[in-house]
Amino acid sequence: MVMREPWANNLHPDTVSPFTIPAAMPPGPLLAIQDLTVAFDGVSVLRGIDLSLDRGEALGIVGESGSGKSVTWLAALGLLPSFAAVSGRVTLEGKDLLNAPAADLDRVRGGRVAMIFQDPSSALNPVIRIGRQVGEVLARHQGVSGGDIRAEATRLFELVGLPDARRRFDAYPHELSGGQNQRVMIAMALAGKPDVLVADEPTTALDATIQAQILALLTTIRTETGMALVLISHDLGLVAESCERVVVMYAGRVVETAPAQEIFSNPRHPYTQGLLAALPPFEGPLRRLVPIDGQVPDPSRLPPGCPFAPRCTKREPLCETAVPPLVQAGFGRLSACVAQTPSYVRPEKDRVLA
Amino acid sequence: MVRYLLIRLLRAFITITLVVTFAFIVLRVSGDPAISIMGDNASPEAMAAFRKEWGLDQSIFIQYFNYVTAIFQGDFGHSMRGGGPALDLVVSRIPATVMLTLPALLLKVAIGVPAGIYAALHHDKSLDRTVMVTAVAGYTVPSFVLGLLLVQIFALWMPLLPTGGTGELSHLILPVLTLGIGGAAILARFVRSAMLEVLGQPYIRTANAKGIPWGAVVRAHALPNAAIPTVTIIGFMVGSLIAGSVVTESVFSWPGVGNLLVVSVTARDLSVVQCILLLVAATMVLSNMFVDILYGILDPRLSNANSEGR
Ligand SMILES: Nc1ncnc2c1ncn2[C@@H]1O[C@H](COP(=O)(O)OP(=O)(O)OP(=O)(O)O)[C@@H](O)[C@H]1O
Ligand code: SF4
Ligand SMILES: [Mg+2]
Repeated sequence: MVMREPWANNLHPDTVSPFTIPAAMPPGPLLAIQDLTVAFDGVSVLRGIDLSLDRGEALGIVGESGSGKSVTWLAALGLLPSFAAVSGRVTLEGKDLLNAPAADLDRVRGGRVAMIFQDPSSALNPVIRIGRQVGEVLARHQGVSGGDIRAEATRLFELVGLPDARRRFDAYPHELSGGQNQRVMIAMALAGKPDVLVADEPTTALDATIQAQILALLTTIRTETGMALVLISHDLGLVAESCERVVVMYAGRVVETAPAQEIFSNPRHPYTQGLLAALPPFEGPLRRLVPIDGQVPDPSRLPPGCPFAPRCTKREPLCETAVPPLVQAGFGRLSACVAQTPSYVRPEKDRVLA
Repeated sequence: MVRYLLIRLLRAFITITLVVTFAFIVLRVSGDPAISIMGDNASPEAMAAFRKEWGLDQSIFIQYFNYVTAIFQGDFGHSMRGGGPALDLVVSRIPATVMLTLPALLLKVAIGVPAGIYAALHHDKSLDRTVMVTAVAGYTVPSFVLGLLLVQIFALWMPLLPTGGTGELSHLILPVLTLGIGGAAILARFVRSAMLEVLGQPYIRTANAKGIPWGAVVRAHALPNAAIPTVTIIGFMVGSLIAGSVVTESVFSWPGVGNLLVVSVTARDLSVVQCILLLVAATMVLSNMFVDILYGILDPRLSNANSEGR
């Protein structure tokens, strides 16, 4: 038996590429995030995120609360408070966003990449009529002005299924329900004709029937406009249903990326397996749901090795010494786990096969 | 809406009644006008005659009843010192006071609001700290100290301005500064925290995410929202236009309402003191109602609640 060493140091030269090219990045993605890190007051909450998004793609981001889903996209669009320390690269069609001049960034935000948020009622300004709030985007990014704003905003309200669209232009957010406000947010996002819509838990604050309607609306809009969708959620089931590819995040890292069906049929990372076990089954007899034991670690007190180790049922001694990097784990798939690392990087199997 | 207004008016009426009643009782149990106005060595007969003349020999309930009845007939009593109608005396002093407090109010708003906005926008930078340290200083120094300090500097060390008195524009400068600086500091702190609160709201992030330039976000999304709490405090300042300068008027011997109040309290000139307090309560209550109406205009959530609910 060969002494086990952290496999990260045992990479075969030919297998290097999957490690250096992050998160399944085909040539020329629409939007790419490379080694993105974010720290608040010296505490790192994002520790090297690599992601890419293709034109028209629907990408799901899942993970428990605090895993860094929102921070990733807020950082990418420069929306974090100024005390956040951000590093890495975020590019839209190859153009850097993190160091872009304010005027360039303002053209991207709302015009190329739109974002909607969890609580639609507080995300809208309470003292401005919703029509005017949508009109701002039309004026800024589409050059619409004067009376055309009312017509165009009304058209968008109709598009997103806001009841009584014509009269809603002059309504204030508090006069609408949460679901209606989220429709307004979506209309506002669409107003700039963006290439990407980032929806950060767009349905979490809404009740179940409304959730389904909003998700259906997002899916319809995506197929009709061809824009890419980034759907952030802590519900793996919801994301897998509406997205083509899923990114699973844990403690400020990406731990698994895979096509949506494969995440379900063959999850590689123990954390993803845990998330699945906690989901009610789509069909078949009801089984007991198994929540993942333990809690997400505090970003200021992360374990030295794999951040999931304290909660992992497949933990090995190796897990507690080195942080497993995100490596290829099948076609179009990446995983950051010792146990799921493909055979060619496993030291002992390497020897057995040789 | 009508019901809402009626409730407001009733509440205003109750507030004024409470103030007037409280003042009435306190003034009567805390000293004898016969002594303070006639002097210690007046004869007991003269004092008794004085008390009888002013109705002070009657029970406090009868006095109160007479006082209130008179008010409803537009009679606010007479000054025990000069004998003239109390209301005329008080009203004759209002212009002098407003001549100080109105420019001071403008000064407060003109300095306090921009300073607060500026500090909030440069939150935690050295400029913010400088503005706030100045504001805390301006806010903690009592106005008589500030007044005396200004006199010391601008009237005694550098004899540019008069120490007190009236008549010329130059007489206004120091008292207006004394009143304005403290208020500007209070307002700056208040506006800053209102702005910081608003800037942290999710809808500001939404506005940024829409690609609106920062200056326009501040103008269109932050300032109108921060104005809502700010009008409360400005309304409060408007409410003190008539009586907010008692100390300053004394320091600069300014012949306004504040000065009249001090002299009348010392002399136990009951009707005059009561008349001033009534006037002060009425302005406070009025400016409060004014603030409420402004609120309704600035905040659509409230105007709706008012017109639908109550
Ligand atoms: N403005 C902030 N200041 C300080 N820490 C922050 C801030 N925003 C986020 N964090 C921290 O960053 C970490 C990641 O937060 P993030 O909001 O991205 O989580 P999330 O995955 O979106 O979770 P949720 O499902 O609750 O939205 C958390 O530990 C959080 O406390
Ligand atoms: S690396 Fe180890 S602890 Fe981490 S998920 Fe894989 S098996 Fe579990
Ligand atoms: Mg979040």
